[in-house]
Amino acid sequence: MTRKQKRGFLIGTAIAILAIAVIMVAFALRDTIVFFQTPSDVAEGKVEPGERFRLGGLVADGSVERGQGTKVKFSVTDTLQTVPVSYEGILPDLFREGQGVVTEGKLDETGQFQADTVLAKHDENYMPPEVAAALKEKGVKLGEGAEHPGGKTN
Amino acid sequence: MIVEFGHFALVLAVVVALFQTVVPLWGTLSREPRLMETARPAAILQLVLLLIAFLALMYAYVVSDFSVANVAANSHSTKPLIYRISGVWGNHEGSMLLWVLILATFGAAVALFGNNLPLSLRANVLSVQASIALAFGIFMLATSNPFLRLESPPIDGRGLNPILQDPALAFHPPFLYAGYVGFSIAFSFAIAALIDGRIDAAWARWVRPWTLAAWMCLTLGIAMGSWWAYYELGWGGWWFWDPVENASFMPWLAGTALLHSALVMEKRETLKVWTILLAILTFSLSLMGTFLVRSGVLTSVHAFAVDPERGVAILMIMTIFVGGGLALFAMRAGELRQGGLFAPISREGALVLNNVFLTAATATVFVGTLYPLLLEGLTGAKISVGPPFFNMTFIPLMVPLLVALPFGPFLPWKRGDLVGVSQRLIATAVFALIVMVATMAITERGPWLAPIMMGVGVYVMAGSIQELAFRARIGSAGREEVLRRLWNLPRSVYGTVLAHFGVGLMVVGIVATSAYQTEKVVVMKPGETAEVAGYTLAFKGVAPQKGPNYREQVGTIEVMRGDEPVTTLHPSKRIYDSPPQPTSEAGIHASWRGDLYTVLGDAQKEDGGFAFRFYFNPLVRFIWLGALIMFIAGGISLTDRRLRVGAPKRSRSSDTPTGAVAAE
Repeated sequence: MTRKQKRGFLIGTAIAILAIAVIMVAFALRDTIVFFQTPSDVAEGKVEPGERFRLGGLVADGSVERGQGTKVKFSVTDTLQTVPVSYEGILPDLFREGQGVVTEGKLDETGQFQADTVLAKHDENYMPPEVAAALKEKGVKLGEGAEHPGGKTN
Repeated sequence: MIVEFGHFALVLAVVVALFQTVVPLWGTLSREPRLMETARPAAILQLVLLLIAFLALMYAYVVSDFSVANVAANSHSTKPLIYRISGVWGNHEGSMLLWVLILATFGAAVALFGNNLPLSLRANVLSVQASIALAFGIFMLATSNPFLRLESPPIDGRGLNPILQDPALAFHPPFLYAGYVGFSIAFSFAIAALIDGRIDAAWARWVRPWTLAAWMCLTLGIAMGSWWAYYELGWGGWWFWDPVENASFMPWLAGTALLHSALVMEKRETLKVWTILLAILTFSLSLMGTFLVRSGVLTSVHAFAVDPERGVAILMIMTIFVGGGLALFAMRAGELRQGGLFAPISREGALVLNNVFLTAATATVFVGTLYPLLLEGLTGAKISVGPPFFNMTFIPLMVPLLVALPFGPFLPWKRGDLVGVSQRLIATAVFALIVMVATMAITERGPWLAPIMMGVGVYVMAGSIQELAFRARIGSAGREEVLRRLWNLPRSVYGTVLAHFGVGLMVVGIVATSAYQTEKVVVMKPGETAEVAGYTLAFKGVAPQKGPNYREQVGTIEVMRGDEPVTTLHPSKRIYDSPPQPTSEAGIHASWRGDLYTVLGDAQKEDGGFAFRFYFNPLVRFIWLGALIMFIAGGISLTDRRLRVGAPKRSRSSDTPTGAVAAE
């Protein structure tokens, strides 16, 4: 092979592999991303039952109900709308009423959110940016330290 | 007083960095050796000053001087000494100081051990290095000064987030930063060479040890972080494809590619332009990692101490260095001479393949990590990209890379024989096939891909051993000859063999844990038992206990295997005094088979039962053992005589690459 052919072969292989990677990324992005919604979005009917999404907001005060075994029910609110959530499993350490929470799962036919994941944060002052932004959008005043997503609390 | 001394030292260090940025570069541009010579003492002085600043801050933490805002916000008098020390870098300001300190350490190391570097190259490298320190120094003084005093000091501090109070995490940031920042040397060398306009094999020989050292630290740093997340967070997982994890993983992938391409450049004087680009990109990804982690723009479960406004400042620094570096690259890359030729099937070809796959993998992780940010900026839609994305994109890129991996070291430079190498690897492939079939036979569930991937992992391990056997002529030469050869093999060969073995071991651990993990959530009352992966777990009860700065509820679980008692585990739930934050401490029984992992959940309201989460993670230790082996392998390579900084001199003949002549 000449210098040119060798170089062409090399670049061709590289481009082919990159192209495959790009195609895989495009497909994966279409199939695997999960949208983030607030309880208001849910109330507006933006999500269909059975569609997988992330529901974020605050855990409504007085809503946590422990059932049989490890079943738990609670509500997620953005203070305007509230969505009931049921979850089976062990809640993260920092799960508390009045705290920000992100859950992932699907709505069932009755409008209850069946969560299979409840996300924990390591830092009790940490507010997930989407939750903070969503709450801000809905005009909810947040306590000090949660004003910026994440808060300047170190 | 000592704190003010540290503050003053930090300011002086920034001034020295300014001097070190300007004067040596001016020296190389005006060809004035005396100006170039100033780089070396300046770099050493900068390290000394930053060390003083760092120790002063550490002193404030050790004696719990709560008049310092940073200490008051992040420390507490009841905290054990080791966590008061690690608390220095457990917060934004302190971690930035550590970042700059490590940067200066690498700079000073080049100044001290770079005797063989041409004067102008050394001056340029140290100048670029100092410009990074200057940017971050100004950033610290302006927005993140750890030495600020409080007017009315509190009686006690607010304390460190309790889950950071952990031995593995105490050392995770220093290693991670040493990795991130270590790549700055490769970046500085690349920029210096572009300013100089000439790059040859000697350049790669100088850069490789620094890159290798940075890569080793990053490997260990990431592994420590993963290990910590595994046992501390109580989720039973070791990697979550979280943005903060990805932020450290991208420079690792790019750095791994850089190690391999620099090898080609050193041995064959080719892939120059690419290697320079990769050096710039690797450090850019490190800067981006620092930005992502420190700014909190991405939702992460691991986000600590984030501040979007200071994030913008880091973004600006990043833009200047990445943009400037790439612009200089674009201007100068065309002037670099083309290197030696090689056939597609050759050692060079294999290393190029490695680079293509690693770069493509870096790109997929990059897209998956930043796509949510992009989409939110464009459409306002908030999304999350989770593990399914990375499983769909990253794994398919790794499989061919792993399959090709054992071929690489067997192929000769310039031109190789694929059939010949395949024949040599037959034993390895057969062995891997047996493992594949055996895995399929033993396991009853799990994805169809898992047994194949187990085989691939074993194949990589066996392939690396076979490389050693081949080089030592095990099987074909006499015993004495083999021993003599083993003794005389260059250390870098052992490094390669071990590192690749570690990769294989890690793959086996990852596949086994991901595919065959057992998870069980149960509610048990004292006296009840549960069965998990062949173990019988008997719950004995929960008792309160008090630690130095926390209270805890400790569960007792007796573990039996058949009739044999194995161990007693104590998963617990803690509440720390300051800040008052609950944590779960998993009770883990580790063995070669895998880890039995127990987490204590909430008490049931009525009947005195407790929720428990049990996992059995088969072969999970192989993951970190693999990383540790890779770290050790890097260390062995680093002691290779040919790589030792200072050993090789630039040869005159490097101006006419011999390889190019021979290949044509």
